[in-house]
Amino acid sequence: MSAGEPLIGGPQPPADLLLRDVHVLDPRAAIDARHDVRVRAGLIVEIGEPGTLDVEQWTAEAARGADGGGIEELVDGAGRLRLLPAFFDPHVHLRTPGQEHKEDLLTGTSAAAAGGFGAVIAMPNTDPVLDSAPLLRSVRDAAAREARVPVGFLPAITRGLAGEQLSEMAELRQEGALGFTDDGKPVRSAGMLRKALQYQRLCGGVLALHEEDQTLSRGGAMHEGAVSAALGIAGIPTIAESTMVARDAALAGYEDGRVHFQHLSCASSVEAVADAKARGFRVSTEVCPHHLLLTEEDVRGLDTSMKMHPPLATEEDRLALIEGLRDGVIDCVATDHAPHARNEKEVPFEQAPMGTTGLETAFAALHTGLVVPGILELSLLVERMSAGAALFELPTPTIAVGERANLALVDLDATWVAGEHGWESRSENCCFAGRTLQGRVLMTLAAGAIAHRDRALTMVGV
Amino acid sequence: MNHLISIEDLERADIERIVAQAERFAEVSDREIKTLPTLRGRMVLNLFYESSTRTRSSFELAAKRLSADVVNFAASGSSVEKGESLKDTVLTLSAHKPDAIVVRTPWAGAAELVSRWCSAAIVNAGDGKHEHPTQALLDVYTLRQRVGAIDGSSIWIVGDVAHSRVARSNVIAFQRMGAKVTVVGPPTLIPRGIEQLGCDVRYTLDELHTADIVYALRMQNERMSETWVPSTREYAAWYQINGKRLSPHQILMHPGPVNRGVELSGEVVDSPQAVITAQVQAGVVVRMAVLYELLAGSREPRPVASMAGSRAA
Repeated sequence: MSAGEPLIGGPQPPADLLLRDVHVLDPRAAIDARHDVRVRAGLIVEIGEPGTLDVEQWTAEAARGADGGGIEELVDGAGRLRLLPAFFDPHVHLRTPGQEHKEDLLTGTSAAAAGGFGAVIAMPNTDPVLDSAPLLRSVRDAAAREARVPVGFLPAITRGLAGEQLSEMAELRQEGALGFTDDGKPVRSAGMLRKALQYQRLCGGVLALHEEDQTLSRGGAMHEGAVSAALGIAGIPTIAESTMVARDAALAGYEDGRVHFQHLSCASSVEAVADAKARGFRVSTEVCPHHLLLTEEDVRGLDTSMKMHPPLATEEDRLALIEGLRDGVIDCVATDHAPHARNEKEVPFEQAPMGTTGLETAFAALHTGLVVPGILELSLLVERMSAGAALFELPTPTIAVGERANLALVDLDATWVAGEHGWESRSENCCFAGRTLQGRVLMTLAAGAIAHRDRALTMVGV
Repeated sequence: MNHLISIEDLERADIERIVAQAERFAEVSDREIKTLPTLRGRMVLNLFYESSTRTRSSFELAAKRLSADVVNFAASGSSVEKGESLKDTVLTLSAHKPDAIVVRTPWAGAAELVSRWCSAAIVNAGDGKHEHPTQALLDVYTLRQRVGAIDGSSIWIVGDVAHSRVARSNVIAFQRMGAKVTVVGPPTLIPRGIEQLGCDVRYTLDELHTADIVYALRMQNERMSETWVPSTREYAAWYQINGKRLSPHQILMHPGPVNRGVELSGEVVDSPQAVITAQVQAGVVVRMAVLYELLAGSREPRPVASMAGSRAA
């Protein structure tokens, strides 16, 4: 029942590109080989044997408009650069409206493009909260002017994220809402969530849930365990998340509703989701790179970039999340990109706001931490990095003739130090900052347009 | 030693050196003129974000005994109440070029942060519920005076371990000095995972007689309203150190201020087994030793680590 495109981005010229001798990897399309790929007017028009396609010159009428012919840009992959389906992030905070000192639609989507993401879904915990159709229309209008990659929006389940009254979900859907979430907060009341699940039968839209029993987590600033005991910081037990996952899975099952559990962080939650899936409930879930790569031990130094919600848990939890991602209990990767200004994070740990940025480092960090050491197959990571789209009833980026070009061109051998040349994001609170990462996104095509190109990438016009 | 942030940073030899220095200062305290010229011309800044009469005045007295200039900066009634951040406050106060900053805040890790933002020597006088290293040093000193070495001794720390920076620093310090530490209290006030510091955990005082030293923690009234324990009465019934529970051979310690009738009965506070007053006296000489350790002989300004803050590599 939604009107118009659910994903909306700024006006970008459609790309004309010849990607010569790139190693194309699209696990869903079962491609894992060297090819030449031609992108014309933003569409993938030709996939040939490596070295067989030549740059073609365009005339005005072909696709480029009146002011003269297009010349395809040539990118030489030398058989080494990987061409992947662009990543999809179902969980980012773009901070617009109201917190533009942290991020805005342009900087946030530029960060997404720099990380190889072809589209993102923005969360509603802005100021004011995104919970009404007029506000949704205005941010979508802003996205149509500013966004580097298309953005979808999840308005609030309850007005003002207060948990007391449903937002006007049906009207919001007509205005383009992909679904709903109170992210940053749980829907505390089971009765309220049940009403949202019932109302979902009218309006559709996935309910994305931040799971946290605040009577268990209240006052906590990090994972409850050996490190919090040593630091004297109040802890958040993993059951604060997993008991709510279990509760809400039961509600979804009872109402036959569709829910998506956000940023899963611990072994007991993975078990709860596996149980719900085994019962045939319509649930899906995501996991963040930081929960797959870091643990409570990384919090010991009290670096506020390591403070996020849910908190970094134990090594056992981390391994369970990796296993969940591998076996499909966890459907996709999401960054929970949560920018905060330097002065907000440059305070004692307990005072700092929760959140780490993640768009620019997600693929490189996961490649470095999981693929290079042989823990995960590259193809599985690539699949999970773009699997979020289908969960929100959006087309999955695919490398095939006739598809819109949603592509990430990646150098898997390139190493770089995260943040050493600054960030596209307005904020720098990245938990991976300073780490040497292997794998760099050289170019991103989003909805047929070049959304990002790395300085290191040389283009050859002909 | 550049700073005193955490007992964790000290080896046994460091603790022994500071305690020995405190013993030398104690001799001076018995003289008619108690002041030494050691730190003349040096400035010690007390930066206190929590109300504290005892610790602050103990540091102030220690600095004055060493002839240092002392400036007290309390967060209440200052720029802090007008919204100034900790960092900006530290940068502003650094303009006065203090040689040492004694800092107490309600936030874990704050003293460490302050040490990154200025070139002064930092003394952690309590960072949230994390650490209170000078308290641990003065407790080690007090025990040294009373019983000598504590190698092999059994020390029981009783009470609200979860909310106590004293407990955390003392678990580490006592173990470093060779003692065996047991923490005991209501299960709601013993943090999950505390045993990873190396101590034993118990929930009753049944075996209290096996302890050589009993260290009672302050039980704050607000813990009752937050329902950590059902009532003061029930807490006292199960965890109060009183004449019936304290064996004659045991030493009784408490960081103060005491809630008589709650964690300690009046009779044990006043008994000769209690060293609570000695702990207060030890506070001054141990803090003199800490300031001496950090400041004496080091005229060169310290390099500022990094204004941008450090990031884990």
